[in-house]
Formats: sequence, C-alpha cells, structure tokens
Amino acid sequence: MTTMVCLDNVAYAYGAVTALAGVTVSVEEGEFFIVAGSNGSGKSTLLKLITGLDRPQSGRVFLLGRPAAAYRRRERSRILAYLPQTVPMDFPFTALEVVLMGRHPHVPLLHMEGPEDVDKALEAMTRTHVVHLKDRPVTALSGGERQRVFLAQALCQEPRLLVLDEPTAALDPAHQVRLMDLLEDLRRERGLTVVMVTHDINLAAMYGDRVLLLKNGRVVREGRPEDVFTFQTLEETYGCVVLVDRSPLGNYPRVTLVPGRYLSAQRSHGEDLGKTPQGTADERR
Amino acid sequence: MAIGNGGRTTAGETRPVTPARIAGTAAVCAAASLGAAVFGMAVGSSGADLSGLWRSLAWHDAVDPTLQAIFWQLRWPRVLTAMETGAALGLSGLVFQAVLRNPLAEPYILGTSGGAAVGAVGGILLGLSYFPGVGTAAFVGSALSLAVVVLLSSGRAGLRRDALLLSGVMVNAFCGALILFFVSTTQDARLHTMLFWLMGDLSRADMPAGLRLGMVLAPGAAVLFVMARPMNLLLMGRDTAEALGVPVRWTRLFLLGVTTVMVSAAVSTAGLLGFVGLAVPHGLRLLFGPDHRLLVPACFFGGGAYLIACDALARWVPRHGEMPAGVITALIGAPLFIVLLRRSTR
Repeated sequence: MTTMVCLDNVAYAYGAVTALAGVTVSVEEGEFFIVAGSNGSGKSTLLKLITGLDRPQSGRVFLLGRPAAAYRRRERSRILAYLPQTVPMDFPFTALEVVLMGRHPHVPLLHMEGPEDVDKALEAMTRTHVVHLKDRPVTALSGGERQRVFLAQALCQEPRLLVLDEPTAALDPAHQVRLMDLLEDLRRERGLTVVMVTHDINLAAMYGDRVLLLKNGRVVREGRPEDVFTFQTLEETYGCVVLVDRSPLGNYPRVTLVPGRYLSAQRSHGEDLGKTPQGTADERR
Repeated sequence: MAIGNGGRTTAGETRPVTPARIAGTAAVCAAASLGAAVFGMAVGSSGADLSGLWRSLAWHDAVDPTLQAIFWQLRWPRVLTAMETGAALGLSGLVFQAVLRNPLAEPYILGTSGGAAVGAVGGILLGLSYFPGVGTAAFVGSALSLAVVVLLSSGRAGLRRDALLLSGVMVNAFCGALILFFVSTTQDARLHTMLFWLMGDLSRADMPAGLRLGMVLAPGAAVLFVMARPMNLLLMGRDTAEALGVPVRWTRLFLLGVTTVMVSAAVSTAGLLGFVGLAVPHGLRLLFGPDHRLLVPACFFGGGAYLIACDALARWVPRHGEMPAGVITALIGAPLFIVLLRRSTR
C-alpha cells in the first residue's frame, strides 16, 4: 500500500499564535481519514499543509513519497482536490460552468473544455445530486446546493486524494448521509483517498477508517474511531461532558452531547444553585 | 456581495465556451464598435456628416479637401483614440473586478487612474519625453496608488471590500488635489488644461498618440485573453484557484501589472475618464454572462464602442461647442455605481 500523504513533525504559526506544534501523521492510499478537534485546534491549518496551500514553518510534507514542495501546481492539482468550507463566488456562473472549472488541470491553457469534459461534469453533478440545477446561476443557489456544486467540481477534477473542510456543515441530514455515502462509494470504486475535517463525531465514527483528534495544535489521539472516541479522550479534546455508547448499527461508538441542564440538575441536589454549568462540569472532574 | 444574476434569471441551456462562441461574441462587439465609429466620424460641429463620410470613403474626386481633412486628420485620430482608451479602461475594470473579487472595482474609483495622471503631470513638468519618460512616470504613479489602496485594505482574511473602495476614493481625491496643485502652480504650455486631467478629454487626440496607445493595448489585450480562464478561477478565491493549479499570487500581480500599464497609457493619452471600467464589463456581463474568455474580447471591442459613443455624444449634445467625454461617462457611470452598490450590499 502506498502512502498518500505524510506529515513529518510539521509546525505552523500565524504570527505569535501557534496553530500546529509538531504533528506527525500519514494517510495511506484509499483510506478514509478524519480530522477532528476543538475550534482553533489547527484542523484547517493541517488541511492547508496537506494540500500545499501553505508550507510548514518546520517539518516536512510528502505527497506520494515526494516532497510536496517539489510538485508543480498543475501537476499537484491532478492528484489532489480541495473543497474549502465555503467557496466565495459572487459572479453568476451557472452550476455546470462552475463544475467545468474543475477540468482546468486537465485542459491545456488555450484549449476549451470539450464534450467529454461536459460529460464528466454532468456525471459528477449526477453523483452529488445537482444535475437538475445545472443551468441555474450559483449565486441563486442555497448554501447546501452550492456546497454540492463545488463538491462536483472537485470530483470533476478526478483527484486521487480529496481533501474536504467540514463538507457536511451546510447540509441537511439526508444530504449529509448522501455525501458520506458518496465518498465511501468513490473510495471503493476508484480507490479515492479522503481526508476530511468534521465536527460531527458520529459521522466520523461511522465512516472513518482512522481519526485524528487535535487540540491546541497537538495530536491528542490517533487511531480507529472505536479506540479514539472514548469519553475520556473526547472530554479532554473538547472540554465538555459526553456520553459514549455503542451504535445500534454495529460496533461504532455513539456519542451523545449532554445539555448543561442535566449537569446542573445533578448539582441542584446539593447546596449551591447559583453556580454556572461550566463550574459544575469542572467540579465533576 | 453578489453581482446579481447577470441576465440569467431565465434558465437557458448552459452552453460551454467554444472558439465559435468567442468569435461570435467578438464579432457582435466589433460590429458595435464599427457602428459607433461611423457615428463618431459623422458627428461634429462642422457640416461634415454621414453622406460626406460616405463620399470620402468611396474616394470621390469631388470631395472637398477641407472635408477630407476634417474626417481623416481631426475625427479619425479622435475616434481611434476613443476606441483604444475605451478598450483599455473596459478591460482594466474587468480585470480589477476579477482579481480583487469586487464587482465595484474600477481603475478610476480605486485611484489607479488618478495616480497615473499625477505621474504623467509630474513627468511632463520634469520635461521628460513622451515615451518612455512620461509613460513610465504615469505607470509608476498608478502602480504606487494601486499598491497603497490594496495594502491599506488588506487584512488577515484578505481584502476588505468596503475598505478597498473607501481607500480608493481617498487616494483618488488626494491625486485630484495633487493634479490641481501642479497644474495651477505652473504656466507650462506643454501641460493640457485642468479640465483634461479632471474630466478626460479626447479633443486633442492625434495620430502619434493613437499609435502609441495601440502599441501598448494590443499586446496587453492579447495577454489578458490568454489569461482569461485563470481569471475565471480567481473568482473562487485563493484556496480553490490554487488547488486547481493557478499560481494565485503571481497571476494576480501579473494581471494587475498588465492592466496598470494599460491604464497609465490610456490616462496619459485621454486624461481621467471615470467609470468606463465599471459600465463596460457590467453591461457586457448582462449580455454574455460572466466567463472571461468571452468578456475579454467583448470588453476590448465593446469598451471601444462605448467610449466612441460617449465622445460622439459629448460633441453632439451641446448646442454650442462641445464638452469633455468624461462628463458623459460620469453621468452614466456614477448612478450605475450606486445601483450596483445597492444591489451588492442588500
């Protein structure tokens, strides 16, 4: 099995603020790899180092065994596609035109996209369920529809590695499951490698081969979801109280968030009603 | 900040861009600029009109030499220069809007034209030759003012859009004051009138100026056409464009550099014509959609047609004499800016 991406002790800081402090991780070809962690833990920075959008200030990044810095952009864009959380697009291109832009790495500069490119774009749009929107301007689409159009663009790029930053955040539950199923299918059909940032621990548990938990730019834990998603690790990562049991679907951890009122109800048997839920949670530890 | 649906409210079939479609778009706009040129040639204070133009073109022996001189020594350089200036400014607006991802960006509003004018005035006062001296000074002035505006408005998350417009307006006001200062403290006869630098005027256009501008415009427009597809991708922001293989920083710098050269050439030839870079790309987007592979040729010919028509109107509308073309472009452009601003902040 070939290693798709390998980060070797990478660090990155925005000015004085450390985003990543010495992270080492590698992703194998065909893996479904999930990055999770609290806000500001360095997840998005990690993705930017993987995609080569930013270079680490120390440490090294390898893509398919070659230093990532040695790739030409165009060459890299035929291997790797990246879907950011939101893509700004204020100009009224139709959805199909936007998806066709994903063919850029494969079409020489002075050539136009041909019928085969249009076919590929339409196929990608069929898979992300936006083909009925193909003639609508993207500026007139809803957030979730836009997200699926830009996902189709990334698929149309025909990458071996797909990097996604919170792709399910703007989607309703049905489209969340469809998107995750689609990624799983693509992995099976084409051996696509998926690296994805998400806050949805339950989706991560059910679809991820391997999970990386980040906090303050450091790795808390890395491994299979059932090993990583324990209540101790999650509480350490996110600093909140969770319940973890088994999913009725199989051997997946199921994570339940605990509303603050349950924690304060526990407290109300005691003496001090004036304490904040935060204080309560700390005390429980 | 959306720029509306650009004539795409009715769901027509999306047609991929083909060479034939590009040629068709260019042909339509070229025909428009030809029509505008005929109008521009036939309009003026003297009695030389359409029939005179026809006789002159058909090379009748009986044509009055005065009429010939009016057509080919006065009006033709003016129409040609208007065409080139309009193309340069229209293309610059198009590129600014794509590179800065701001539908309201335009060389005049952002103070780039103002900087070019300050540079040109300074170059003339220093007694530099027109080329390369004054041209270079204008380029330095416009590049500096653009750099100031972009630096002032860039934050950690990229360009702040309102800050971009505001600092542009301020740089523009500052440049206007500098121009007035220079022009009013000198008796230099080489300098044009104050009105030329503030409102843009094509009445002094001559053939050498037209040819100089053409030599800058032609390669610039060709380069922009080659870069049209990367320009489309730039609209999706740095991350997506980079991931699709566009070297974003280099491409942005290069595009802004090329357009700054075109703007400074246009400004040193025709003065400060405002809002052409706003009206032309927005109008053509309504007709042809947002794809730059269509819009670059469309703005080249359409910008030419637009400014020829504005200049012809400026000669035609007043009962006595004429007014600078910049009056017409501002009368159209400023309300358009407000409409676009309303729409984009809604």
